[in-house]
Amino acid sequence: MTGDDMTDDPGGLFRCEGISKAFGDTRVLTDVSFSVGRGEVVALVGENGAGKSTLMNICFGMPSIIETGGYSGQLYLDGQPVRFGSPKEALEAGIGMVHQEFSLIPGFTGTENILLNREPVNRSLLESVFGGRINALDRPRMEERAGTALSKLGVTLDQQTHVSQMPVGNKQFLEIAREIDRSRTRLLVLDEPTAVLAESEASILLEAIRKLAADGLGIIFISHRLREVMELCHKVVVLRDGHKVAEMPTRETSVRQIAAFMVHRDKEEAEEQRVAKDFSAAPTALSVRHLWVDMPGERVDDVNLEIRENEIFGLAGLAGQGKLGIPAGIMGLKPAGGEVDFYGQKLPLNDPRACLAAGLAFVSEDRRGVGLLLAESIQMNIGFTAMQLQKQFLKNYFLFATVDEAALEKNALKYIDELAIKCSGPLQKAGHLSGGNQQKVCLAKAFTLAPRLMFVSEPTRGIDVGAKALVLNALRRYNQELGTTVVVTSSELEELRSVCHRIAVINEGRVAGILPASAPLEHFGLLMSGEEVEPEASAPCGEAVPAEVGA
Amino acid sequence: MNSIKNMIETAGWPRIIIGLFLLSLFMVAPLVGVKVSTSIHDTIVRFGRNGVMVLAMVPMIRSGCGLNFGLPLGIIGGILGILISVEMELVGMSGFLTALGLGVVFAAFLGWGYGILLNMVKGDEMMIATYVGFSSVAFMCMAWLLMPFKSAAMVLSYGGSGLRTTISMDDFWTDLLSCSLLDMLPDAAASFFSQLDISFLYKILPDGLVAWAVSVVQFIFLEQAMGMILFFGFMCFLVWLFFRTKVGQAMNAVGQNPDFARASGISVDKMRVLSVVLSTVLGAVGIIVYAQSYGFVQLYLAPLYMAFPAVAAVLLGGAAVGRVAIVHVLVGTFLFQGILAMTPSVINSALKGLDISEVLRLIISNGMIIYALTRRTKEVR
Ligand SMILES: Nc1ncnc2c1ncn2[C@@H]1O[C@H](COP(=O)(O)OP(=O)(O)OP(=O)(O)O)[C@@H](O)[C@H]1O
Ligand SMILES: [Mg+2]
Repeated sequence: MTGDDMTDDPGGLFRCEGISKAFGDTRVLTDVSFSVGRGEVVALVGENGAGKSTLMNICFGMPSIIETGGYSGQLYLDGQPVRFGSPKEALEAGIGMVHQEFSLIPGFTGTENILLNREPVNRSLLESVFGGRINALDRPRMEERAGTALSKLGVTLDQQTHVSQMPVGNKQFLEIAREIDRSRTRLLVLDEPTAVLAESEASILLEAIRKLAADGLGIIFISHRLREVMELCHKVVVLRDGHKVAEMPTRETSVRQIAAFMVHRDKEEAEEQRVAKDFSAAPTALSVRHLWVDMPGERVDDVNLEIRENEIFGLAGLAGQGKLGIPAGIMGLKPAGGEVDFYGQKLPLNDPRACLAAGLAFVSEDRRGVGLLLAESIQMNIGFTAMQLQKQFLKNYFLFATVDEAALEKNALKYIDELAIKCSGPLQKAGHLSGGNQQKVCLAKAFTLAPRLMFVSEPTRGIDVGAKALVLNALRRYNQELGTTVVVTSSELEELRSVCHRIAVINEGRVAGILPASAPLEHFGLLMSGEEVEPEASAPCGEAVPAEVGA
Repeated sequence: MNSIKNMIETAGWPRIIIGLFLLSLFMVAPLVGVKVSTSIHDTIVRFGRNGVMVLAMVPMIRSGCGLNFGLPLGIIGGILGILISVEMELVGMSGFLTALGLGVVFAAFLGWGYGILLNMVKGDEMMIATYVGFSSVAFMCMAWLLMPFKSAAMVLSYGGSGLRTTISMDDFWTDLLSCSLLDMLPDAAASFFSQLDISFLYKILPDGLVAWAVSVVQFIFLEQAMGMILFFGFMCFLVWLFFRTKVGQAMNAVGQNPDFARASGISVDKMRVLSVVLSTVLGAVGIIVYAQSYGFVQLYLAPLYMAFPAVAAVLLGGAAVGRVAIVHVLVGTFLFQGILAMTPSVINSALKGLDISEVLRLIISNGMIIYALTRRTKEVR
């Protein structure tokens, strides 16, 4: 690229040159170079495991990089060579980063998270140590500063509630507000910031990013939503297997072309078509009456649902309306009440073991929090629940049984192949996988249980364009071949409409309405925003799906 | 080059530094007149004697209950077992096994209560554990005085009631586990080895090498502490095996990610209690092994002072608050006890005549404890 210099390249804010990185024997990045100018938004795209997060972690001096032997190549900030030994140094130099996974303190309020969690040591923190009057003076100023940061983003949210009580979308905004409150921040790295957001929220965020760029910040934006990339960014850098395969202005390219640069799957997985099916005659698999769930940020007040055997049922709705609370509550992970029957049997609430034993399984949207043992191997993660509940993968000796690694491996290899999990082998630690591949491990764990009914929350969060079809097809296949009933929760309506038979829209902790997947988009929109839809458009439980299918 | 760097990284600097220090002590020892065979013997005896108590750290660390500062509780359980077995005037193996059996039962009970307590204070386990250690020892200080034991070997000679501070095990089962590999071999095999003609080796290999090899082999077969080492090894194997089972894996998961464990249908609280019971029981077994080798049982404040060396050893071995393996126990115990055995004897001989070994031992052991605890905060982060 700009080949020349050590000297100032006008507008050049940040530049990586020839970055390479290996974890042990696996090469993850090979000779990657690109640059970001002031006020420029650069997209970094690539398949799951292409090395995007790793590259950004290098730019931010993350300990996970330093501890694994560092990297080769050179970073430049304002034309000066830099090398960060810790995130603190990167922050001091003016680089802010929002990681793929949240790093907020749940017990603190929004304001506290924006301000206190900051290095170098915040003076207001020191002041508050002295307590009393100084503290009393300090508070309003803190609120004001946090407010300023948030309004720069163009969002209003209650900054005084605890983070643990907030919907994910708000958390994402808080993370970003924290970075821009630092007056020094000149380069902002956003690793899949929109993955957890619903479309409406994402567009607010994109608007905010545009504003920040207009103020002169350089921004690196990672996303699997290529449409967003086209809309927001000035330039796209495409990584494939750790190599930079393309760098081009967004003006001169298209979603299709970017996708073509990204993928290199031998067999292109075509998305299968949803088959319209009438389930009105099928027996009820799960019946939910007056369910309430106390899930912070996703409260459920009163939900009634009848889910038929073998159907794929969708739960849609905006973030914070309670769609994620429903599976978490039924599976006993969050305090819940009401009545839930599974094939006519009463399902005890608040008892995960009983649910699993009855043949339910759950893929949580919180993959690192609930879904994985990060320090264990992929094969152990995939087999763990089945081992605990169904005594699979155990080798019996006379008096005791120990883990059967060979059986675990065999099972893991099957899913590594089926779901195209990119890893160095079934013994790689789950914590060392890329975000999207961790998601696939969570899915494999649920498939291994061979459940009768499976809840899947945000199945494709953080999964690249190509692998999305793979994951959704896997869901369809399990549904068709094994007769598994599937309940998918997702913030992506398009995805739900392509895979589900019926979709319930959740609004304010209640079911706003149930529509066949083929219902017109406006109807979903109306329900989501709390409006009514004329009765003939909404399908009562099990109504035949009209013939016109597909999306 | 890279592989050396990797090896250093896996071993960790603290272990390399202490290991090198220990090695240098072994090299200096002959120069100041300490026999190498004695030094090695001392180290090995201390290793076997203290090992099980260090192993008692493992289950609780694995389940996320932190370092077992409440080890004195298990020790008290074990001591109760010993005292009852002595009161019954059982000697030899039957005495030892009775003490073990009773000690395990007492410790299981105590550990169960301790585990329930720790479940009520999630997040502050280590502080409460330390407190449990202190208060249980304080409580037992009174109890030892009041317990209705009658055996003349244990009761204070003047009052006729109340237990002594130090009870000698000499008449009951001292050094029960002390036997060499040669003793354990069947007679036929033993005589075969002792008559083995190795003169041909001298012809094909340098004399020095053969002599050295012979002394090593002799040492291995004649070392009296091997019985105890094997016992320790067996306990390690049991713990290792336990963590290969379904329940052990569940305990592991609870420690790593309680939310994950719950979502997999595991009762987090039950697993934690079980881990505390296991740790406490291992503490009881540990003190019984210790007593039979040391030859004394120490009551009153003594159990209090056993927790910190055990904690320090496992940390030195490379464990952190959320991560531990059996190797950490082995390496840590060896380094900690090796230094404790070697430093005083080397310095003492160097100083000639001035006996400060006990003082030194205190300084060194506390020094290493402080060092290990500071390492801990670093590794947790
Ligand atoms: N600590 C680690 N040890 C070993 N391998 C690692 C480690 N961290 C990441 N990797 C490997 O590096 C590769 C790149 O991972 P990275 O997280 O950068 O991917 P990504 O492009 O961000 O993918 P995603 O879109 O899924 O987030 C992956 O194949 C992963 O397995
Ligand atoms: Mg990533």
